[in-house]
Amino acid sequence: MDLSIFQYQFMQNAVLAGLLGGITCAVIGVFVVTMHLSFIGVCIAHAAFAGALLGLWLGFEPLIGALLFSLAAAAIIGPMADRGELNPDTSIGIVFSLMLGLAFLFMGLMPGARSEALSLFWGSILTVTRHNLIFLAITTAVIVGLVVAFYKEIQAVLCHREVALAVGIPATFVFYGLLFSAGVTITASLQSIGGLLIYSLILNPAAAAYQLTYSLKRMLLIAVGFGVISCWAGLAISYTLDTPSGASIVITSSVIFGLATLFSPKRKVKRWRQARPAG
Amino acid sequence: MDSTVIRIRDVVVSYREDVALQGVSLEMRKGEFLGIIGPNGAGKTTLLTVINGLGRLVHGEAWVLGSRVNGTSRTALRKRIGYVAQVQKIDPRLPINVRETVMVGCYGRLGLLRRPTRAQWERVDNVLEMVGIAHLARRPIGHLSGGEYQKAAIARALVQQPEIFLLDEPTASIDPQAQREIMSLIQLIHTEYRITTLLVTHDLRQLPLICDRLLLMKEGKIWREGAPESMLAEDVLSELYNGATSAETASLCP
Repeated sequence: MDLSIFQYQFMQNAVLAGLLGGITCAVIGVFVVTMHLSFIGVCIAHAAFAGALLGLWLGFEPLIGALLFSLAAAAIIGPMADRGELNPDTSIGIVFSLMLGLAFLFMGLMPGARSEALSLFWGSILTVTRHNLIFLAITTAVIVGLVVAFYKEIQAVLCHREVALAVGIPATFVFYGLLFSAGVTITASLQSIGGLLIYSLILNPAAAAYQLTYSLKRMLLIAVGFGVISCWAGLAISYTLDTPSGASIVITSSVIFGLATLFSPKRKVKRWRQARPAG
Repeated sequence: MDSTVIRIRDVVVSYREDVALQGVSLEMRKGEFLGIIGPNGAGKTTLLTVINGLGRLVHGEAWVLGSRVNGTSRTALRKRIGYVAQVQKIDPRLPINVRETVMVGCYGRLGLLRRPTRAQWERVDNVLEMVGIAHLARRPIGHLSGGEYQKAAIARALVQQPEIFLLDEPTASIDPQAQREIMSLIQLIHTEYRITTLLVTHDLRQLPLICDRLLLMKEGKIWREGAPESMLAEDVLSELYNGATSAETASLCP
C-alpha cells in the first residue's frame, strides 16, 4: 500500500475523524446495547438526518438542524418509552416513521441537485472539514469526560436502572443525559459516516464487545478499539478498492461483530448449557 | 420523643383508570417489623413505593424519617431506604458482577463525582460474607439463581446502611430451601440491626416468628391489622383470599 497518501490533509483529517468518530460512537453504542435501546438510537439517527436536510433546504448549517432534531427526538421518545403511555416499540416506531417522512419531505422540497443531501445519506469521511473535526473532537472530549466523571452512576443506570433510582441516584437525569449524548454524537459523526450508516457504527462495535466480556470497563475499551479499527480499516479498504468510505466502514464493523459473536465465550457457555441434560 | 418513622395519611394512588391505593393510613415506629399480605392487586407493592417516593400520590400525604415525601425530598429519602424488589429477569450477558452490583447500594449516599473507597469495598465484601454469597462475588449478576440474586439484592440494600428496609416478595419464584434461607436472613438482619422493616410476602409460614404486626390488604385498602397470630387464623385468611378453601389456606399458614 502506498503510504504517501497520508501526506495529504484530507487523508489526515479522515484518519482523525475515524479515530474520534470510532471512539464516540462506540461509547454511545455501549449505552444503547447494554440498555437494549437499539431502536431508540436508530430513531435519533434518523431525526438527525432529517434535521440536517431541513438545514440544507432552508439554507442554515445542517449540523445545527441535526443537533436540534436529534435532541428533540431524544426529548420526545425518552418520556414516551418511560411512562408507558404507549408500548415503547409503538411510540418509538411512530417518531421514527415521522422522522423518515420529514427527511424525504425536505429532500423532495429541495430545489436543484441534491448531491449535498445525498452525501449526508452516505457520508464522506474523505471530505470532512476542519470545522467538522473540531466539533467531533469537542464532542469526543465531552462524552469521554462525562463517562469518566460519572462512571459509577452510568454503570448503575445501564445495568440496574430501577435499583439506581431506588438507592437515590438521579437515574432519570442520567438516562436523559445518555439519550442526549447519543443525539450529539450522531450529529457530530453525520458528515463523515452518513445518516443511514451512522447507526451501524454505534451498534456494531458495542454489540461485538458485549459478546466478549462481563466487565463494563473492558466493554467500553474493547468497543472503542473495534470502533476505531472499523473506521481505519474501512478507510483503507475504501482507498484500496475504491469503494464508498461510509459503506466500507460499516461493513467492516459488521464483520467484526460477526467474528466476535462466532468466538464469544458467552455463546460457548450458552451452547454448553443447552447441551446439558434437563433436570 | 416521637419514635414514629413512617406516617401515611389517607393516601390515594392511581395508575390510569385503576386505583391502586384507596385512602390508606399507616403509622410505624422505629425498629418495628411489619408484615403485609393480601391477594394480587391488593396494593401491597404500591404501599412500599409510596414510602420510598417511587409512587405518585393523587391524594393524602406521607411523612417518612421526618420528611414529607415529595418531588424535592424523595431522592434524599431513597438514600436512607433499602429496597428489595421481586426477582427480576436479568440479561445473563449484563456486564456487571455481583460485587459491583452490591456496591451500587453505596452510590446514592456517596454522591456524584466520588469514587468508592477501600473501606466501602471491604464493607461490600463483609456483607456478601454475611448473606452467604461471598464465593459468588466475581460472578456476572445475570448468572445467579433466583435465591442467590435475592441475597445479592438484600446485600445491596444492606450496604446502603438503611434506616428503613422495604422487601417486596423477596421469596417469590424461588425454591423452598432458598425461601427458608432468605426469611432466616431477613430475621437475622432485623435482630442484628433493628432496622424498621416492611415485608410484603405470600409466604406466611415464618411471619409469626419475625413480625411485630401484620397488615392485611385487599382491593387497595387496609382490610385488617393486628398481631400475626390473630391475623393468620384460617377463617380470616379464607375471607382475605376471597373464599380460599381450608386446604389452600392451610398450605399458606404456619
